[in-house]
Amino acid sequence: MTSRSIGGRVAITVAILALAALPYAIKEIYYVNIASQILLYAIFALGLNILVGYAGLVSLGHAGLFGIAAYIVAYLLTSGHGHAFAIVAALIGSLSVTACFAALSLRATGISFIMITLALGEIIWGLAYRWISLTNGDNGISVATRPSPFGLALGDARVFYGATLIVFLLSVAASAIFVRSPFGAALRGTRDQPRRMNALGYHVWLIRFWAFMFSGLLTCVAGILFVYYNEFISPQALALTASAEALLMVISGGAGTLLGPIVGAALVVIVKNVASAYVERWNFMLGAIFVAIVVFMPEGLVPGAVRLARSFWRSASRSKSASAAVAGPRQ
Amino acid sequence: MTFWLLLTLNSVTFGGLLFLLSAGFSLIFGLMRIPNLTHGSMFMVGAYLGTTLLSGALGFRFNFWLAALIAALEVALLGALMERFLLRRLTGQQLAQVLVTLGVSFMVADLCLMGWGGDPISVVTPPGLTGFVRAGGAVFPLYRLGVIAIAVVFAIALWLMLERTRLGAMIRAGVDDPQMARVVGIRVSQLFTIVFALGAGLAGFAGMIGGPILSVYPGLDQDMLPLALVVVILGGTGSLLGSFVGSIIIGFIYNFGQALLPELAYFILFLPMVLVLVLRPQGLFGGQIL
Repeated sequence: MTSRSIGGRVAITVAILALAALPYAIKEIYYVNIASQILLYAIFALGLNILVGYAGLVSLGHAGLFGIAAYIVAYLLTSGHGHAFAIVAALIGSLSVTACFAALSLRATGISFIMITLALGEIIWGLAYRWISLTNGDNGISVATRPSPFGLALGDARVFYGATLIVFLLSVAASAIFVRSPFGAALRGTRDQPRRMNALGYHVWLIRFWAFMFSGLLTCVAGILFVYYNEFISPQALALTASAEALLMVISGGAGTLLGPIVGAALVVIVKNVASAYVERWNFMLGAIFVAIVVFMPEGLVPGAVRLARSFWRSASRSKSASAAVAGPRQ
Repeated sequence: MTFWLLLTLNSVTFGGLLFLLSAGFSLIFGLMRIPNLTHGSMFMVGAYLGTTLLSGALGFRFNFWLAALIAALEVALLGALMERFLLRRLTGQQLAQVLVTLGVSFMVADLCLMGWGGDPISVVTPPGLTGFVRAGGAVFPLYRLGVIAIAVVFAIALWLMLERTRLGAMIRAGVDDPQMARVVGIRVSQLFTIVFALGAGLAGFAGMIGGPILSVYPGLDQDMLPLALVVVILGGTGSLLGSFVGSIIIGFIYNFGQALLPELAYFILFLPMVLVLVLRPQGLFGGQIL
């Protein structure tokens, strides 16, 4: 962890400063809001990536966890509770649901894991859609206000962006520490060689369970930001399509990398919001991007671009040394 | 009493429709080991194509049954192309295959929205089945009884195909042990294309047959796919008997749930799926193909 190169540190510092300066560089509120959306979906994708990329478990039910946190906040706020209470209750409630998800779905891996998470996600969606007395059904729940912690009015788009950025940076840092810790190494071990890890004395199930919980925590945080960002939650945010979109973010950017899900979230949000202004068929585009990435660049955009760049540099330096070798004897 | 009778008949009808949808899903799952997430899209595309053929937009007004048949063939062709040119590239990578079917389902849904618009299209009940049957004070549409009959006929035909023909024997061998099947000289990859086309065609046919009951609308694919999943998980993959029994069970759970506990309808629909996955992952009839 300490062996990070100076260049890497400079790049991270520049990236953070650029992200912090973004709302002042952009005049239009619309684009500041898009940036907030990218950050909150990046948190969601980082959470899903812990399972998909590092544990090798593909979940198609994470939108259920995302949505349950959002619904708890919305429900408690409309029934007159304060923001702090709603947020804490949402975290506790959705983490309990996450534990149930994990306990049920971790009995399987591979395709069966996908199917169980899909079914669980559909259960949550079905409850949100049909339990009208609690969730207001298809009409959703509106949240009147955003909180203003420490006197910062989050109703303002730029301030909300700043708050989202802080949560986002904390999430990235937490993910980085998680992934690089011995626990993260053990988790990758259970992904690649579960039986050997078991033979080495690791409790494979428990490692996966805690990874699921951490993944759920980030997902729920993103869900809470989502409900405050939109000031509205409806069953659509929990549907299978939403889970698939989150998975698309992880896979398109590059599962198993920290930067990948962030790039993927930016890609999906931009295609959804910006491209939809110009192209009517953005849903088709999303599907086509998904298929193209799975077929042609299965490792995702970030590792794929790194691989291309490396091979480019290698061939460039090789041709340089080759020309030097040819030029040498003449002198 | 009338209420219960109607509910039961509706459940059996819906179960029959689910069987037409999920039989192919189950065979694909059993043979290729992947859930085909475009199956709901195939159902919807079949229904949309059928309505176009029915409406006479192509210059000729097709008969309902002919329209259903042609739509099924078109969807089967679509399935074959998808298997041959997309899934075949990813042989052995089940996860990638599932993700590709997911991406394609997005694309198909959007193309249908572009082609047929966002308004629901109702499908006219075929003439000859527009009447009603009166039994014990209950009035029941004749068409729904027709759907049950069609499902039974298809169940028998599929059973005969799997049990009595050479192709059926090859499919059974492929479901049982694809590597062994390949060793004894069965071209399993060709079998994949055939079964995928068959499954897609059945789903497309089911879409058209279900048209007069469900009508066709954007989002129909997302409504039907989870049902097919539940049926197949419940019954066990690759098992015809399993998908038949599963369809009837889910038909009952769905209809009784909607009528008696509308708030928890989806909860009690998906709960059996989770329980089966957790307690008996091979499904109620898994491991045997009939």
